Amino acid sequence: MSANHDDHHDAPDGHGRALRLGIGGPVGSGKTALTAALCRSLGPSLRLGVVTNDIYTTEDADFLRRAGVIDPDRIMAVQTGCCPHTAIRDDIAANVDAVETLEERFGPLDLVIVESGGDNLTATFSRGLADRQIFVLDVSGGDKVPRKGGPGVTSADLLVVNKTDLAPMVGADLTVMSRDAAAVREGKPVLFTSIREDRGAHSVAEWVAGIVESWRHQHSHSHLS
Amino acid sequence: MDGTAAGGPAVNGAAPGMPPTHGLAGLLLLADSRLPAGGHAHSGGAEEACRTGAISGPEDLARFLRGRLATAGRVAAALAWSACVAAHDPKFPDMRRPNSHNTAPDGHAHAADAATAWRLLDAEADARIASPAQRLASRTQGRLLVRTAKRVWPSTALGTLAGAVPDGAHHPIALGAAAQAAGCTPAQAAMAAAYTSVTGAATAAVRLLGLDPVTVHRVLAELPLADLTDSVIAEQHDWSALPAHAAPALDLLAEQHLRTEVRLFVS
Repeated sequence: MSANHDDHHDAPDGHGRALRLGIGGPVGSGKTALTAALCRSLGPSLRLGVVTNDIYTTEDADFLRRAGVIDPDRIMAVQTGCCPHTAIRDDIAANVDAVETLEERFGPLDLVIVESGGDNLTATFSRGLADRQIFVLDVSGGDKVPRKGGPGVTSADLLVVNKTDLAPMVGADLTVMSRDAAAVREGKPVLFTSIREDRGAHSVAEWVAGIVESWRHQHSHSHLS
Repeated sequence: MDGTAAGGPAVNGAAPGMPPTHGLAGLLLLADSRLPAGGHAHSGGAEEACRTGAISGPEDLARFLRGRLATAGRVAAALAWSACVAAHDPKFPDMRRPNSHNTAPDGHAHAADAATAWRLLDAEADARIASPAQRLASRTQGRLLVRTAKRVWPSTALGTLAGAVPDGAHHPIALGAAAQAAGCTPAQAAMAAAYTSVTGAATAAVRLLGLDPVTVHRVLAELPLADLTDSVIAEQHDWSALPAHAAPALDLLAEQHLRTEVRLFVS
């Protein structure tokens, strides 16, 4: 390698690389299930990589490997030193390293999903790590959660409310959640899912396919076309 | 070495003619735990020591940190000092002996020679880290630090180092090169290396055991960071004679940690 090797990853512009999609949300809301569902739905048409940020162990990465929805080598696990939000927001170095390793090893890729460790409502991804982000809630946390807001709920590019099949059992009113989310999100999209019933999370997959397509359109190298 | 490199900036701590604040802003940014270079997820063996019960309170932690500073910390400080001296010297590469230079007729080192010299210094670091797990952790931190520092403080030395050791130079080498790029003196680079050799482990123990953070900061304040740094600077070794203090307990902790199923930290 030349001493003057020009490292094209130095600048975080998006040219010539995959779209980086962050998936965040509280513990147990279904981030890993959504990641698996997206791999299931999008794997046949897109070149994928996945980075997981387990709170501890490699539980999430192992779940994805066992699910058989993606080549296990295309999943990388990052340890976060007790601070899952630090690893996706304040000090993203290890996650960026993992994303770039996947791109170097398997690239070119279309989409790299970075799944955060379960955290709280204030956790969001740095723009230096994720180009777009999804925040995942579930109905069992109560239908007041969207109203309470927080950066994840209000600012994510897509809010997913998962486990709608449980709504009648936990007394969650989906109409209230939908109305409150629309109010705090100022028109940004909200999708309701039950990944247990729709194992491909098709509405979310369709949204992701759309942003990958527009990303590719905006960031393709003009000199290659 | 007389403290200055011909035609280059002063390389020692108390250089005459330098303002007293010289390099300090860079040092503060570089040593800050908020530096976004991945350091927050490394415990330097403290997680495994907490898990096995070797660290259970502030007294154990203080002993652990004193040992870490006197071994891994001392070696890291000397390596960071050497790397910073090398990065400061316009006639780099041949820094195996501080006063011998092997330069092109125009007085500047060829980039290829500089790359060879960086690999040599990195190999000196490699030879001083017995545990493969610690080598891996050191290279990972070095790679992330170089990548971050190249964007924060672009410099020739960092570019050459990144190209010379693309999988990641050892962390103290990266720290020395980054310190030069940040405007620090080699003494400040050595201090940053000594400081980061203990602060990550201390913070990890606070998070894992719920220790009183003020008590732990007092433990840190009582560590002989300045004495250690001063003595490292006073020695000014050739690369091959740099300190090589082994810490078998840290090696074992690192190896066990990598094999532990439940872990929150990378190392």
